[in-house]
Amino acid sequence: MLDADFFRRWMTVTAASVDREAERLTALDSPIGDADHGSNLQRGFAAVRAALEKEPPATPGAVLIQSGRLLISTVGGASGPLYGTLLRRTGKALGDATEVGERELAEALRAGVDAVMQLGGAAAGDKTMVDALLPAVDALGDSFAAARTAAEEGAVATTPLRARKGRASYLGERSVGHQDPGATSAALLIAGLVDAASDTEAGDE
Amino acid sequence: MSDEKLVGIVLVSHSATVAASVAELAKGLAGAGTAVPVAPAGGTGSGELGTSAELVAAAAASVDRGAGVAVLTDLGSAVLTVKALLAEGDELPEHTRLVDAPFVEGAVAAVVTAATGADLAAVEAAAAEAYTYRKV
Repeated sequence: MLDADFFRRWMTVTAASVDREAERLTALDSPIGDADHGSNLQRGFAAVRAALEKEPPATPGAVLIQSGRLLISTVGGASGPLYGTLLRRTGKALGDATEVGERELAEALRAGVDAVMQLGGAAAGDKTMVDALLPAVDALGDSFAAARTAAEEGAVATTPLRARKGRASYLGERSVGHQDPGATSAALLIAGLVDAASDTEAGDE
Repeated sequence: MSDEKLVGIVLVSHSATVAASVAELAKGLAGAGTAVPVAPAGGTGSGELGTSAELVAAAAASVDRGAGVAVLTDLGSAVLTVKALLAEGDELPEHTRLVDAPFVEGAVAAVVTAATGADLAAVEAAAAEAYTYRKV
């Protein structure tokens, strides 16, 4: 079972990987975006990490709802409301339980991804974070590691796509040949599940 | 419609300068001394291009006179931030609506209409109708 501490770790390790990959995310955002994806997410997840360290919420749902709210208020770019909605809606779907199963998390995350697609109007193949999140959610029933692989493959697979959402869509054909920064950061978030789980196991031993 | 309860207008742009200037333009075209509360919410709050949920929430609260608040946005994160705040439920005043309208023309139409004491639905309709104004 996954408790609030697992979800706190998930956010903390994601903050760390966003820190580590911030330059790469911004570099990916330079040719087809406005070159702020890394720094925007870094600011958002730094706020999330600080709030969780100060006063960690008691339930998995509350951890994600608080984190989502902070991303919306601190990121400053479109990734704020998108990731914020993802986490908040996932958190709401988890309810008040103090522990949740992996299957419940998979279902909740699917509700979160649905909410992101509704908010941004993006579908699979539009060259957005959805292209990493959808395959990840599908694979989450197998294992966190399978979800990570699916998300990373989904992110890489955005390279030949033509952007149909966001600023990159204005570039039309010129968006082809670049990996989508949002799908890349979404893969970091999903990879965080694996790290959070291994941290928990190490902590239990 | 009502005595003094005018619909409030919030203008959200990636640029603080654009939001403030469009607010000034719309109020100016509505007539000197218009009582319509108009608040810009531009930029990130730290002087950069982007959207600040806190600025949007503060602007909406500042123009809420009880008749509803119409929010107009430019694009991208401005639209998504307002939608996300509306979905949150308690971040924006009751009867706040994201209005689907062109930013400049819609803002002028919204402020002029709100100045007549029109309700939120009428303000929204006037702003949306600005899409039909062709220039050529």
